[in-house]
Amino acid sequence: MLNEYFSSVDLLVLKPAILLTLFAIGVLLTDLMLEPEQKYLNAVMALAGVGFAAYSLGPWPLGLQHQMGMAGADALEAFRGAVIVDSFGIYFMWLFLIAAALSILISIRYLEIEGEHRGEYYAIMLLATVGMMILAIGMDLITLFMGLELMVISIYILTGYLRRDRRSNEAALKYLLLGAFSSGILLYGMSLLYGLSGSTDLRIIASSISQRPAGDPLVLIAVITICGGLFFKIGAVPFHQWLPDAYEGAPHCVTAFMSVGPKAAAFALLIRMFLVPLASVRDVWLPLVIGVAIATMTIGNLAAITQSNVKRMLGYSAISHAGYMLLGIVSGNENGLKGIMIYLMVYAFMNLGAMAVIVAMRRKDIIGDEIDDFAGLVYKSPTAAVLMLIFLLSLAGIPPTAGFIGKYFIFLSLIETGHYGLAVVAVLYVAVSLYYYFQIVTSMFTREATDNVVPALSPGIRLALGVSLAMTLFIGLYPNPIIEVAGNTVASILR
Amino acid sequence: MVPLSYYLVLSAILFSLGVAGFIFKRNLVTLFMSVELMLNAVNLSFVALSYYFRQLDGQIFVFFVMVVAAAEAAVGLAIIISVFRNRQTLNVDEISRLKL
Amino acid sequence: MQSVLPSLFFYALATMILVSAVVTITRRNAVHSVIWLISTLLGIAGLFLHQHAEFLAAVQVIVYIGGITVLFLFVIMLVNLDEAAKKKQFAGQWKIVVICAGALLAELGFFIFKGAEGFYFAEPAGGSLQPNTQLIALALYRDYLLPFELASLLLLVAMIGAVVLAKKDLK
Repeated sequence: MLNEYFSSVDLLVLKPAILLTLFAIGVLLTDLMLEPEQKYLNAVMALAGVGFAAYSLGPWPLGLQHQMGMAGADALEAFRGAVIVDSFGIYFMWLFLIAAALSILISIRYLEIEGEHRGEYYAIMLLATVGMMILAIGMDLITLFMGLELMVISIYILTGYLRRDRRSNEAALKYLLLGAFSSGILLYGMSLLYGLSGSTDLRIIASSISQRPAGDPLVLIAVITICGGLFFKIGAVPFHQWLPDAYEGAPHCVTAFMSVGPKAAAFALLIRMFLVPLASVRDVWLPLVIGVAIATMTIGNLAAITQSNVKRMLGYSAISHAGYMLLGIVSGNENGLKGIMIYLMVYAFMNLGAMAVIVAMRRKDIIGDEIDDFAGLVYKSPTAAVLMLIFLLSLAGIPPTAGFIGKYFIFLSLIETGHYGLAVVAVLYVAVSLYYYFQIVTSMFTREATDNVVPALSPGIRLALGVSLAMTLFIGLYPNPIIEVAGNTVASILR
Repeated sequence: MVPLSYYLVLSAILFSLGVAGFIFKRNLVTLFMSVELMLNAVNLSFVALSYYFRQLDGQIFVFFVMVVAAAEAAVGLAIIISVFRNRQTLNVDEISRLKL
Repeated sequence: MQSVLPSLFFYALATMILVSAVVTITRRNAVHSVIWLISTLLGIAGLFLHQHAEFLAAVQVIVYIGGITVLFLFVIMLVNLDEAAKKKQFAGQWKIVVICAGALLAELGFFIFKGAEGFYFAEPAGGSLQPNTQLIALALYRDYLLPFELASLLLLVAMIGAVVLAKKDLK
């Protein structure tokens, strides 16, 4: 009878998530035995968990599928159809593990300085990663909702982690309130989807919606509410208000994590929702997505120009990046989706690299996130300045850095599908973005240093910076491997 | 028996009341309660649909929404306490250190 | 008389829910708001019961009313809300009022115009909701095992988070 409930396939498919959970609990337990100077061992354990989870995913990129004996485009269902493990899901699982590993590396020294170095931080971060993984592989409304909430509530806690810092408190509060509000709206849309189909399985919903007459008001309301909830999670206009505040107020290492991991997970959910249940009503949501993409690029880029706080500027730039990626959904063809996947992976490296430099700027009395703090960095620490330059160039999308590859495919897909106007607008905004990224560069290279404080590159930060730099340049110079992997992934979800 | 659409309209009205409460209120705890109203409206909708379809999926979803609501309430109220510890007000207008 | 009673229950509970909800969001005193929220939640529990969702009705009362609203009251008591009661309650965002009211009226207008058959849904599949608790247990542990486990992780995270954020002295 147990076979009816649970099969070994289910366990195998969730190996990474189970390992992360076990290590999260392990961190919580070992934290009790550690002296304050030994707290970095929590991070070591967390990294071990990420490492084991990565090992269980098999060799890059599709080791998990080979373990199951599947071919490339196959998809494996587990838990009675609640999750589907295809190359799309596995790609994102790798992304989340990379984001988690790099974030853990840069958190160690930062938390020591803040005096909040506790094991709970790493445990919550690992559990947030579990939630993200579920978002990438879920095929059922209930499963997706639980994964989403697990991820999001963990991030609320991490955002407010610096209890004594008012900015952190406020950021967490605003994020939680607006996040709960948008979850409510998303949930309302999900209830309509359930009503339209009688099931919570995305595929059954897809077939039910495709049989509806055009212009059905219920479908319209469902699309609008679900889009509203999803746009909030990725920080698209007009639901972007929480993002700059959350990025600015959260601890630097948490900003790094949440700018990369949860954003990618939210996009995975968005792609899944647009490609499966809402696939047949593309003509309903397409105008909406186009309008939101344009507004998002506009506000993201224009607002970033006036920012003096680097984290806030990166927050608005994150909004603009979400706008570019939405363009990939607009075109919706193979290159568009390929572009989004590559963009998200590359974004993980370059954004984490930039945030790692900001984390390194945190010294005893200096928060280190204003543009003025970067003045004359090239004289104080040329390494940090050059690294920041490369990451900023990549964020702007300048070849031969990796940031160019993602944008290239998305713009290519726009031209392929005839959205010439959008492509032109996007390229113009890329030019605009150069301006505000270079505000930081000019501060670093042309201004006089105002103090003698040198950013401290701890071993963890060095490792994270090294990996980010290596991948940013490697993918930029030799993009073929990642293009091929992304292409296979997209082929599996577009079939 | 009352038709299904009556339940859904009731749910829609309740949801709109929650949204209105969220947009207009200034007190943090009341903002929270508006979110709870929204979630309850959705729960009502799910149970009504579940009864209509004679299937349990909707009720299961409600179960999980309640779990999420409880978790969110716990964390949210903890954040409110930590906000209050650092500044002695719960008025949203005064919590504007982070500019919009 | 037999067939009128269910409708009567619905209208009574619906009125109770709507009135309580309106009062909840219009009170200045936060404690009053919570009490009226409890009334709203009780009405919803009644509607759950009315639709043969007995387990959920019980969980609603125990968890939502007995847990979450009590938590609200704890926090309200812990923080000083006197000065909040004296402030102006509603922001002057009249444009959004119009939009929200407009959307609501559009939906209601459509409903009234098309009649109750205007909204149509998928066909009922047939099946049974009874015995309620047993069937829910079977569903939770068989069909929805994964979300169930995720729910336990979620509660773990919430517990850790609440302690980390709100505990007075962390040493």
